[in-house]
Amino acid sequence: MRLTCTVNGTEQEVDDVWEGESLLYVLRERMGLPGSKNACEQGECGSCTVYLDGLPVCACLVAAGQAEGRQVGTVEGLADADALHPVQQAFVDAGAVQCGFCTPGLLVATHDLITRTGRPSDAETREALAGNLCRCTGYEKILDAVRLAADRMGGDR
Amino acid sequence: MEFLQPATWAEALEAKAAHPDAVPIAGGTDVMVGINFGHLRPALLLDLTRVDDLREWTTGAGAVRLGAGVSYARVITELGDRLPGLAMAARTIGSPQIRNRGTVGGNLATASPAGDAHPALLAADAVVEVASVRGSRRIPVTDFYTGVKRTAMDADELIAAVHVTPPSGPQQYSKIGTRNAMVIAVAAFGLALHPDRRTVGAAIGSAAPTPRRAPAAEEFLAGELDALWESRAELPTEVARRFGELVAAASSPIDDVRGTAAYRRHALSVMARRALTWAWTDYRNDAKGA
Amino acid sequence: MSTPTRTPTGAPAHLTGPGSGGVGDSAQRPDGVLKVRGEFAYGSDLWMEDMLWGVTLRSPHPYARVVAIDTSAAAQLPGVHAVLTSEDVPGEKVYGLELADQPVLAVDVVRYQGEPVALVAADHPDTARRAAALIRVDYEVWEPVTDARTALGHPTTDALHESDAEVTELSRESAHLHPEGNLVRHLKVRTGDPQPTAEVVVVGEYEVGMQDQAFLGPESGLAVPADDGGVELYVATQWLHVDQRQICSALALPPEQVRLTLAGVGGAFGGREDLSMHVHACLLALRTGRPVKMSYNREESFFGHVHRHPATMRYEHGATRDGQLVYVKAAIWFDGGAYASSTPAVVGNGGTMGIGPYVVPNVHVDCYGAYTNNPPCGAMRGFGSVQTAFAYESQMDALAAELGMDPVELRCRNAMEQGSATPTGQVIDSPAPVAELLRRLEAMPLPAEADGEVDLRHMPGGVSNTTHGEGVRRGVGYAVAYKNVAFSEGYDDHSTARVRLEVVGGEPTATVHTAAAEVGQGLVTVEQQIARTELGVEQVTVHPKDTTVGSAGSTSASRQTYVTGGAVKAACEAVRGQLLARAERLVGRPVPDLRLAGGQVVSDAEEIAVPLADLLGGEAVEETVQWRHRPTEAIDPETGQGFAHVQYAFSAHRAVVDVDTELGLVKVVEMACTQDVGKAVNPQAVVGQIHGGTAQGLGLAVMEEILIRDGKVVNPSFTDYLIPTILDMPPMRVEVLEYADPHAPYGLRGVGEAPNISSGPAVLAAIRAATGLPLARVPVRPEHLTGTS
Repeated sequence: MRLTCTVNGTEQEVDDVWEGESLLYVLRERMGLPGSKNACEQGECGSCTVYLDGLPVCACLVAAGQAEGRQVGTVEGLADADALHPVQQAFVDAGAVQCGFCTPGLLVATHDLITRTGRPSDAETREALAGNLCRCTGYEKILDAVRLAADRMGGDR
Repeated sequence: MEFLQPATWAEALEAKAAHPDAVPIAGGTDVMVGINFGHLRPALLLDLTRVDDLREWTTGAGAVRLGAGVSYARVITELGDRLPGLAMAARTIGSPQIRNRGTVGGNLATASPAGDAHPALLAADAVVEVASVRGSRRIPVTDFYTGVKRTAMDADELIAAVHVTPPSGPQQYSKIGTRNAMVIAVAAFGLALHPDRRTVGAAIGSAAPTPRRAPAAEEFLAGELDALWESRAELPTEVARRFGELVAAASSPIDDVRGTAAYRRHALSVMARRALTWAWTDYRNDAKGA
Repeated sequence: MSTPTRTPTGAPAHLTGPGSGGVGDSAQRPDGVLKVRGEFAYGSDLWMEDMLWGVTLRSPHPYARVVAIDTSAAAQLPGVHAVLTSEDVPGEKVYGLELADQPVLAVDVVRYQGEPVALVAADHPDTARRAAALIRVDYEVWEPVTDARTALGHPTTDALHESDAEVTELSRESAHLHPEGNLVRHLKVRTGDPQPTAEVVVVGEYEVGMQDQAFLGPESGLAVPADDGGVELYVATQWLHVDQRQICSALALPPEQVRLTLAGVGGAFGGREDLSMHVHACLLALRTGRPVKMSYNREESFFGHVHRHPATMRYEHGATRDGQLVYVKAAIWFDGGAYASSTPAVVGNGGTMGIGPYVVPNVHVDCYGAYTNNPPCGAMRGFGSVQTAFAYESQMDALAAELGMDPVELRCRNAMEQGSATPTGQVIDSPAPVAELLRRLEAMPLPAEADGEVDLRHMPGGVSNTTHGEGVRRGVGYAVAYKNVAFSEGYDDHSTARVRLEVVGGEPTATVHTAAAEVGQGLVTVEQQIARTELGVEQVTVHPKDTTVGSAGSTSASRQTYVTGGAVKAACEAVRGQLLARAERLVGRPVPDLRLAGGQVVSDAEEIAVPLADLLGGEAVEETVQWRHRPTEAIDPETGQGFAHVQYAFSAHRAVVDVDTELGLVKVVEMACTQDVGKAVNPQAVVGQIHGGTAQGLGLAVMEEILIRDGKVVNPSFTDYLIPTILDMPPMRVEVLEYADPHAPYGLRGVGEAPNISSGPAVLAAIRAATGLPLARVPVRPEHLTGTS
């Protein structure tokens, strides 16, 4: 089938999509956007977190056809051509990136969290990011990155 | 595989009538896992996310009519005051990403014994509204689960909504997982006190082939509370303990990868005892505030 | 050497930036920006226009004879380009890290559930999966051997009644899973009095479940057939050259025709030391003449790599009344599963370091690795030391309780220090601050007790609302551990570095080329830092990791900063030597204090400052150096004595936990860690290693286990194999000590593994303290805490 949707502000149209494919597969293998990662394909790791009509979701659990006509936002859409988004810069600066496989999903989830809450408490951050598994960092520097990003984005509570 | 995307409820019902083996998909949190791992290969996927009616909730006739496509995240943020037990259950489900997609309708349709919404719905005497081109009917949620991942629905039916009456008394929900987040229930318990009717709803999950109520526990507690509703006196410890035992006795759990049957029984008795204690404390405090 | 005719989208490029930070600075990763942009290409991200997808058909049985394989239906499915079995393996049909005993594709017998049997290449992954399902394999199913001690012919013990259970015929007759028998290795350590006695004796039996590395990026790679009849393989791995050796053997091709490049690696932790899809993708690519990508899903990943050895351990500790250790006797059984993998080396670590960082005059250790029909086990972070630490630290706590002594005091009283002898007769010839690590932990403030309003997120059970404080008890536990760094027991452990200095765009630029796998730990950052420090330049480029340079050895055993770091340092020194000689020729005389700094050759004494750009002009200076750490030696097979390990890393943890004692749920409140790293080459990365290692140890203590029933894995998914979430990890305190090891580059010590070893036993000790239960098995399950097993 044919699928048309807007990804990171650009309309994308792909053909020959098998109906059983996930949005994640379409993004990665058909649209040339492999930033969203495939680590579990069952919604248990958050590595494929993308925005779907403004809400963070696991792209692996969205049937391709369900994205028809929708707005999709991926990690590739966070930065400008020459400047990282403050959330991305904070992850780099805080040392929150090791192998980096969980990073794209965490960035989208963190972007959503700070956009919604301004300056989340640590407890709020932990509950909001509990769907994003990281195997390298033990999460300490991810928390550092969230605090740093919130500071830089000037959110307050 | 075919992919149908009806724009209206009528179209959806027609599609399901024409293709009774079609697999409905909403949040995709169950269906897509099956497809991704090759365990599920339906001839037809029936996408319900374009049916706007399903994503609405309304109040009327005393009950909230919760469209089958309302996400858990919205249950938490929009209905936490009206449906506290269900909102507490929703908060324990998966991750924020899952709660943004997953729906109560999907939880009902999958009818997993471990589904997190079920004990809350059972305790609250919810009613499931199902429909087909033949018309619609209401199934008390108590009668809805007929076996492991089996329901009272016919092949041509879809879930339209679930009706839940906002409580007249406190509700509680507890769930055991072996991790502090994003975990499937090892055992779960839902409690609703109904002071208006002087009854109690108590239900269990992940501890029997289907989610189920604990009638003996409900009757015992209703009997004990009969003398206490008015006075709002302290609940005897022994009553809470006995209630826990009776809740555990209502289960018929198995040993599996997530836990032993013995642990599930034990955990149910503890959760039920604690949940009752919290609910009764809330009930007493409500009176003080009033 | 032929070059690839085509390069896949996302093939690794040179890493440049960030442009500052030498040894000792928290320099930023050169791949950090790519990773946060989603532009860093992992193995699974590689793509080519006409590539095919490869999938693997695996055995559903843990032990069976393969009677017949019929691939005809699969081959006829439209979109399928190749279906291969063991008959299509042109070279050696078995491979292995230490012993070649594992079939590339099953030959006659499958020995574990998930053993690869056949391969398919097709134009869509779903087509390939459907084709694999059409392959008909007739098995004669045999009863599996699923217990290490049974496999070695020991009568199984009925733990409940402390008597020998019935020995079935099966456990004897089916014992020989491999021609040489089921014993992979038996290591003996014998020192001091063979029959010691002591005033106080504690005995314990302990068990550690099978842990998975659970790296987030599943096994992936892309094989591209080359015009010379060879193959290019882009793959996520830990050691390119050991892969190359095994692939060449299976393909019957020379190394020149099997060229490997490291694809982006989504975590490793030991799970990528063995081959996974490497040979399979190459076979399919060579057969079809098309690029073939293989990318496991999470379920397949659980069958696609080795796991941490489960262990059963019996320990006996004897001490004087005042807490001086007199003897330790230990018997350790590692279940190696169906194939050897790195079991011999795991046994080496488990046996030689199995009593912990303590001075004990009389030691008697037997450590066994066995073949069974369980999944193959091999390398995982901590490698043989994680399991024994649970046992020896539990024993130290039990002994402290028996003596009525503070557990930290008991440990300090027996702690190793510089100059101590290990049970293998090795004198520790660099700092060993075991007691100091513990004392510093003890001095840290304890986290506040919960008070005020209940926040479910801080409670055992989290937002699942299982307690508002009821049944919750707090416990504190300590543990200390040590771990060898780098390869041991006489292994010729080396690395190779090629460093080139030239002027690019007017600026002196160094390029570092090694084959050392970056798996997330930050080795690429360290390579840049060393070059900046040694060559006095800012711009350092990291060349893609590939086999066009010599072997760097494995990214494992906490060794790369030491060994490849040492090689990069040595190569830089050689380049520097050339530059200084060139400068002296320019000046016309020897200048004793000549050095490189700020992109110049400078002498403070003689006020010389020659820009490298002037010195080099258009030329490049390049040096390739193979570097070794000082040699170790094989241990004596009867006594275990010998200089087995080149360096030790030490770390200690204090865990504070809240346990809902009624429901058996655990919330770790705080983890504190002290570790001696010799020299923190990159302090931020060092702390990151400590955090991550701590998390994996915590996971094993309270939740992580591959569950096996009758040889079959019952939880191969992230739904039921649970790793810690951010709500399971507590805030951490970390104190890093830097006592230089005079034998190591910059005095550094390997960092990655030690914190993974001490964290779990500290958590276990804290749970014991909270509950008063003996707890002899990890992971601790709610059932163990509530008597409902």
